[in-house]
Amino acid sequence: MSGTAVVVEDSNKSIWAGGLEPMKASYGKLMMWFFLLSDAFTFSALLITYGVIRFSHPAYDGAVEDFVFSQSYWPIPEKVFEAVPFLHGVELPLVFVGIMTFILILSSVTMVLAVESGERMDRKGVEKWMLWTIVGGFTFLGCQAWEWSHFIHGTEAGTRLLDGSIIYGASLTENQYGPSNFAALFFFITGFHGFHVFSGVVINFIIFYQAVVGKLEKRGHYEMVEKVGLYWHFVDLVWVFVFTFFYLV
Amino acid sequence: MEETTHIDVKPVNKDKIKLFLRVTLYLAAITAFEFAIAFTVPHEYKWVRIIVFIALTIVKAYYIVSEFMHLGHEKRSLKMSIVLPLLFVVFLIFILLFQAQAIYDVLQ
Repeated sequence: MSGTAVVVEDSNKSIWAGGLEPMKASYGKLMMWFFLLSDAFTFSALLITYGVIRFSHPAYDGAVEDFVFSQSYWPIPEKVFEAVPFLHGVELPLVFVGIMTFILILSSVTMVLAVESGERMDRKGVEKWMLWTIVGGFTFLGCQAWEWSHFIHGTEAGTRLLDGSIIYGASLTENQYGPSNFAALFFFITGFHGFHVFSGVVINFIIFYQAVVGKLEKRGHYEMVEKVGLYWHFVDLVWVFVFTFFYLV
Repeated sequence: MEETTHIDVKPVNKDKIKLFLRVTLYLAAITAFEFAIAFTVPHEYKWVRIIVFIALTIVKAYYIVSEFMHLGHEKRSLKMSIVLPLLFVVFLIFILLFQAQAIYDVLQ
């Protein structure tokens, strides 16, 4: 047996013939990577669609201080997202999404520490860091729920339309902040990302549970932590892009 | 069962922890810098802002994928399998942004 294995490793061609790991990664890890690649295409398509629809609408070209919401041009994002919980009426552009970004980055760090503990077979470490990651995920979801609720209910003054009626907030049919496509894209892109965060939290919890009951320890390795870690970092990565293209640009 | 299997917990890899903390520091600093740009560079310099934001986003993405997701330390064949297909995304960006300009011109 060992004799044949040596022959296989000598020949460069038959390294792909099966029975070996030519990319030095297990089947499960490879499949997670290719799933993430396909997911990256999905999110790219969504963000590029945002760019297409934004550039096919007129941009606001006046002074930033005089900006008012209007259906006839694309809004400046920092004028839309300027509210922070418990600070009603205070204009703090982008501060809340900034906090959300830091929360997600920190939960990515705790995830990487869980993976590191798993490599050392340190069950206590895996439990601790996985739990922190789950807490971070829930905090982010809570922030997003508040953000959505504020976006849907709108500002106190609302926006007066040309026919004299005033609309508040945004729905799939009307939008006080700008063209109705702006709200549709907000719901679709941050919603799709939020759903990824939610499923990530659920998957993290399942693996956390398996670590707590000792299932992974019995298996002899913590590779599952590594795989869900890849997914969780990807969710963080997508948020980095959503943050730039939806909120900053 | 518990008596017969003894789990060998290895000591903490200090170099790895240091690397992770350094990457965290980079990510936090870049995000803070993006905020600084958003509030100091006026909106008249629209394309300067956009290009700086996109460049910094790609730097952040590089650190997350390379260090947190460990892709930088995988075999070259795995790296290329993940990174090269993303060229299609670059292609799509150029095609559709030209298309967007055409739609804008028709609508105006």
